[in-house]
Amino acid sequence: MTRRRRNPLGVVILAAIGLAFFALPLVGLLTRAPWTDLPHLLTSEVVLDALRLSLISSLIATSLSALLGVPLALMLARAEFPGRSLVRGLVLLPLVLPPVVAGTALLFTLGRRGVIGQPLNEATGLVLPFSIWGVVIAATLVAMPFLVITVESAVRNLDPKFERAATTLGAGRWEVLRRVTLPMIGPSLAAGLLLAWARAFGEFGATITFAGNLQGRTQTLPLAVFVALEQDRDTAVAISLVMVAISLGVLVLLRDRWWRAR
Amino acid sequence: MSLQQAACNRQQAVSGRAASIVLVLLLLASACGGSASANQVLVSAASSLTNAFADIEQAFEEKHPGIDILLNVAGSSLLREQILGGAPVDVFASANPAVMQMVMDAGLADEPAIFAGNRLQIGVPHGNPAGVVGIEDFADETLLIGLCAEAVPCGVLARDILTDAGIEPAIDTSEPDVRSLLTKLEVGELDAGIVYLTDVLASDKVIGIEIPDALDPVTDYLIAVVADAPNLSGAQDFVAFVLSAEGQQILTAHGFTTP
Repeated sequence: MTRRRRNPLGVVILAAIGLAFFALPLVGLLTRAPWTDLPHLLTSEVVLDALRLSLISSLIATSLSALLGVPLALMLARAEFPGRSLVRGLVLLPLVLPPVVAGTALLFTLGRRGVIGQPLNEATGLVLPFSIWGVVIAATLVAMPFLVITVESAVRNLDPKFERAATTLGAGRWEVLRRVTLPMIGPSLAAGLLLAWARAFGEFGATITFAGNLQGRTQTLPLAVFVALEQDRDTAVAISLVMVAISLGVLVLLRDRWWRAR
Repeated sequence: MSLQQAACNRQQAVSGRAASIVLVLLLLASACGGSASANQVLVSAASSLTNAFADIEQAFEEKHPGIDILLNVAGSSLLREQILGGAPVDVFASANPAVMQMVMDAGLADEPAIFAGNRLQIGVPHGNPAGVVGIEDFADETLLIGLCAEAVPCGVLARDILTDAGIEPAIDTSEPDVRSLLTKLEVGELDAGIVYLTDVLASDKVIGIEIPDALDPVTDYLIAVVADAPNLSGAQDFVAFVLSAEGQQILTAHGFTTP
């Protein structure tokens, strides 16, 4: 085992303040928690509907992010093409844009009267806003950048000699990607998926703007919290606790498992 | 030895710089803190008042050059939660009496005054593409229908109207405030919604359809100085201005009725 390096005292103090910054709001939430009513509040129809919708939509959004985001990350890391920095900028834009703006942009594009949404609606009768697909699209838009940046930097830092060796041994491009590249970036891919899921699970602004807010159809947990805050604060705090518990559980458990494998 | 010393010197230089950055930030923060409280009045106003209060703010600031009005516009019930949560608000203007009552019950507002009235209308996108005729169409499953959320006054009023009319609405979305409902009507994503007459007048992309008087589609707006207003005299000046002939005239120009 290597000797542990000590951090300077200043770093330790600032880190402690930083930690308090994250921990104290949680303490605030816990002091307001309606502990005795909790089982009753959490089994209400509103909460169960929102929980179901949140889990389903965030998992679909994460899968879509993987399906489209990994190829995008590979292209950004490896392909030489003009305007690559512009493409990267576009991909990272949702990290900077207020989600409400992202939602409005989606409405203008994929809404019933949108540039793409209108022909789509006329051809198929499909209406994306006010449906679970609207929720999924909004969540994917804001979540995918996290996956793309994580995977892109992993691919960049990859030592090309293993892939070269595989090619020399006669593996085709798909085979190299599937059996060498992807397994080697496995931990980063897992981290990217986790970040994307977390962002999708907590998504609010783009969802309420693009998909609207209807219990059982588009009302995810964050939307349910927002609505409950103005009506029934106990329920709002209870839902927030559920979100904290699920997110913390997933982030702590899965992160430990995947990172240790590295 | 000399290498270590160089590293040490560099470290000192870095921490010296860090310290001076922290100092500058602290100075900036204190300077900002000092000027913030000078003579500002924070007014929390229901989102249906957005345009009218922007004009009132301008007229008021012309009359009182020393006072700066900060408008905080959102759904009345969100504003109420902010005030109950201890936000340093000076004036609260609510779009329905029940919301104001809750702030009064918490001992946070005194003697609210009715300063305006409004009427609800059915709002449809320009050209009324879905051919909405009246309140009965809200039961049509094939239309995309939006209401304000149950927590905000326009949502409460809209649901009261629909209940009185004996209609079970086929709602597709409950929007957090009347402005976001209006936006979705303006871009044509919703076929119909229940909004305020003043919103219909303010928008050139939404047209209004009357709701019969029998369904009582009217509401009162109340204004009050918040109990522990940081700027009490500024708050009183602003409330007096809203209730003055000039303030009332601005509200009328935006389609509000005045008491």
